Amino acid sequence: MTARFRIGDRVVVRTDTPAGHVRTPSYLKGKRGVVLRDMGDWPNPEKLAYGKPGWPRKTNYWVQFAMDEVWSGNGAYAAGDTVVAEIYEHWLEPDTTPETAS
Amino acid sequence: MSHEHHDDHDHDHPHGHGPFQPDIKEPTEDWEFLEIALRELMIEKEILTAREIQEKIEEWDGKCPEVGARIVAKAWTDPGFKARLLADGNAGVGELGLSVPGLKLVVLENTETLHHMIVCTLCSCYPRPILGLPPLWYKSREYRSRAVREPRSVLAEFGTDIPDSAEVRVVDSTADCRFLVLPRRPEGTDGWSEDRLATLVSRDSMIGTAVARAP
Repeated sequence: MTARFRIGDRVVVRTDTPAGHVRTPSYLKGKRGVVLRDMGDWPNPEKLAYGKPGWPRKTNYWVQFAMDEVWSGNGAYAAGDTVVAEIYEHWLEPDTTPETAS
Repeated sequence: MSHEHHDDHDHDHPHGHGPFQPDIKEPTEDWEFLEIALRELMIEKEILTAREIQEKIEEWDGKCPEVGARIVAKAWTDPGFKARLLADGNAGVGELGLSVPGLKLVVLENTETLHHMIVCTLCSCYPRPILGLPPLWYKSREYRSRAVREPRSVLAEFGTDIPDSAEVRVVDSTADCRFLVLPRRPEGTDGWSEDRLATLVSRDSMIGTAVARAP
């Protein structure tokens, strides 16, 4: 299987709100992050939850987000702090916005 | 056991199950009644015995933070093991006769410049086979919602001081991986044996809400 994203790719989490079981936390929807690791291919939990075998398998990516990207200053964190979550491939799109200077 | 149901389910429990142990509170929540009903039916229909259920409880009681502490202490004293553990958590703990079946175990090393802290905002994902059952606070809505948004406040409440120069990396355990934090080895422990080092490894230091105990 060809991996959809590679380590270091900039991605954005889709903003869909489908009915039923999903593993994508709401607070990360629409947020931009970077692929940190490929966590392997897994049966799709959104199908497993309803007694289906979960095929085709989906690649699970470990995606890192700057705290500021997620909370826009409205939290208690230091400038370099981040949050990392496992996000399935079908929840991610390439982030094509210009890279912000850091 | 006869189940003669009455319309009014009062506290006399007229339908046959025995008295509750005096140190266990009377069930009040739907899920508690559901668990009791399911357990009694499984026993009554001879799918499971009470002994088998008790043995499972005892098996889970044997999974505890001391198991995780052994892994950490071994990693602190054996660089080769540490490298293999960080590269592949499942294979690493397998060397110690442990397993995390069906899940990918990822071991995250804390350093002077990077501090990992684990949360499951969706539910209560936790590396149970090597740390046992999670503490109640780990499953609370308060910890789950605050850890990702105000990690520095949460760490301060745990008495954990991470300098702002280090990155706090909050790991939201949202899917099929389970995470074990490898805390930093405390200063002043040169030459310590694995067993002695393991006494410094608290449960919370492997969740990342704390650092390892000072010697």
